[in-house]
Amino acid sequence: MTERAFDDAATDEQRIRNFNINFGPQHPAAHGVLRLVLELDGEIVERCDPHIGLLHRGTEKLMESRTYLQNLPYFDRLDYVAPMNQEHAWCLAIEKLTGTVVPRRGQLIRVLYCEIGRVLNHLLNVTTQAMDVGALTPPLWGFEEREKLMVFYERACGARLHAAYFRPGGVHQDLPSKLLADISAWTESFPAVLDDIEELLTENRIFKQRNVDIGVVSQQDALDWGFSGVMVRGSGLAWDLRRSQPYECYNEFDFRIPIGRNGDCYDRYLCRMEEMRESNGIIRAAVDKLGSAEAAGDVIARGKLSPPRRDDMKTSMEALIHHFKLYTEGFRVPEGEVYAAVEAPKGEFGVYLVADGSNMPYKAKIRAPGFLHLQAMEALSKGHQLADVSAIIGTLDVVFGEIDR
Amino acid sequence: MNDLESLRGLASHVAETQRESVLSSGVNAMGELVVAVSHQKVAEFALWLKTDSPCRFTTLVDITAVDYPSRDRRFDVVYHLLSMQRNQRIRFRTSIRESGELVPTLVPVFPAANWFEREVFDMYGVMFSGHPDLRRILTDYGFQGYPLRKDFPTTGFTEVRYDEVEKRVVQEPVSLVQEYRQFDFMSPWEGSQSIIGETAGAVGPEGSGQPNDRPDSGGNNGSAT
Repeated sequence: MTERAFDDAATDEQRIRNFNINFGPQHPAAHGVLRLVLELDGEIVERCDPHIGLLHRGTEKLMESRTYLQNLPYFDRLDYVAPMNQEHAWCLAIEKLTGTVVPRRGQLIRVLYCEIGRVLNHLLNVTTQAMDVGALTPPLWGFEEREKLMVFYERACGARLHAAYFRPGGVHQDLPSKLLADISAWTESFPAVLDDIEELLTENRIFKQRNVDIGVVSQQDALDWGFSGVMVRGSGLAWDLRRSQPYECYNEFDFRIPIGRNGDCYDRYLCRMEEMRESNGIIRAAVDKLGSAEAAGDVIARGKLSPPRRDDMKTSMEALIHHFKLYTEGFRVPEGEVYAAVEAPKGEFGVYLVADGSNMPYKAKIRAPGFLHLQAMEALSKGHQLADVSAIIGTLDVVFGEIDR
Repeated sequence: MNDLESLRGLASHVAETQRESVLSSGVNAMGELVVAVSHQKVAEFALWLKTDSPCRFTTLVDITAVDYPSRDRRFDVVYHLLSMQRNQRIRFRTSIRESGELVPTLVPVFPAANWFEREVFDMYGVMFSGHPDLRRILTDYGFQGYPLRKDFPTTGFTEVRYDEVEKRVVQEPVSLVQEYRQFDFMSPWEGSQSIIGETAGAVGPEGSGQPNDRPDSGGNNGSAT
């Protein structure tokens, strides 16, 4: 009542209410189709309600009526910035349930391409986030490198983005002969590009003003909101699934886990830059290992999960039947449930797979890191300026393919 | 991960300490710690897992549900937690009926549960008691039905398009230009559920022409004609 009492005395200008705006769904800084309903007090964000699902394609529903192999390409379309890392989780889930061991060469190729995917992702994220806060040049430089990496994708599997290269049991086919040399050459030149980008951004006054102390994530926040990947490492928790729960042959590789100190947007930027350098080292090590004699051999475990060799099919009736049945009926996965997770560039990407013994998954749940990161948007942006919202979304590293599924 | 012994120890620790909420506890063939919990106790069990010192499962990884239409307690709500301190994972599940039973929300324990529970509600229609904001999350505004239930057809019931005359987006019952294709590739002598003669003929009045019994493809596909 007391508030009301002055209402009639206040002029129109004095009667102030908060302003609601729609950020998106078609906003270039929203990194996809995100609709944020923002309540603003002046320029200060009071409330932030993300509306997601505009890119929902029902992937999990579709997967229940397709065979395991047919489901694999759906994973490319989740986080389309680093497609192979997603396929990896799906393959790992199937391999765990079927007890398949991936041959050494297959493992090394997987590690190689996972790290290429990490660089692809971080290049896109760091540079477009810089664009969100006003720098135009980094994306131009970063995308040039992405283009080169996507050519490596193309040379391995024929597709620049939707690779479908990782298959249950290994990878689809061996690398062409000159590819390793070219990747090796690229790793020599890449650090210089990173230096260039860092020179543009790291000590840039405007970049620091826009990122330092923005969107601070404390260690407790990171645990409460279920963060993973750079979002926890930026806050100082040295948590990386490649190190703590190693899959494939990551435990043979020597790499460091960069962590931040303050958990703000700037530290996350620094972590991503440093991770790219580490990935570059892993790529180089993987190329070396692939070139050595001990890595020779098949790239996929031959058996029920994988097609027979092409030359076998020319002579053996059984191989021909197997090939036909594999690509029509598909393989069966024994009954059971499993959760398989990989350290995708954005964080922990997991697949919870329930198999009922048939050729299709009974249930597949895709656990996307971005889903949890975006969820904390309100907690992170409350009290910040409107302009900081785009900086925060940028470092959350959201891609709507995986959030909306 | 390879320390199965410590995981087994943890399984018995969970079973002994939380006798009144845990129904079963063990390590499955995949080397994962799996616990079944009665549905009223979910929230306090999660809180215990988070605070108990041998457990310290402080990160919520995932919440999802699985639909088993033939069961009396139709839905399994499945939780995945992670302990970064102990480097261990746990999965616990609870089963609930289609109606009349609510699962206590985990939001006070893990703020991250908010969207996961909204998603489970959106996709399966499982209700969470005490949830601060149980709205749909992934589906369209005004969507009806629960898409990930096994009896929900993959094609859905309605489709949307922009109507040039009315100048707005309209919802219509789904009409398929050609029948939704769901092939049954199972070997005819092992496991095929369809008999070729039966489906090659005229399509029944309910329009279920699929050579397949999987519940998500049966019926309801709209008239193909």
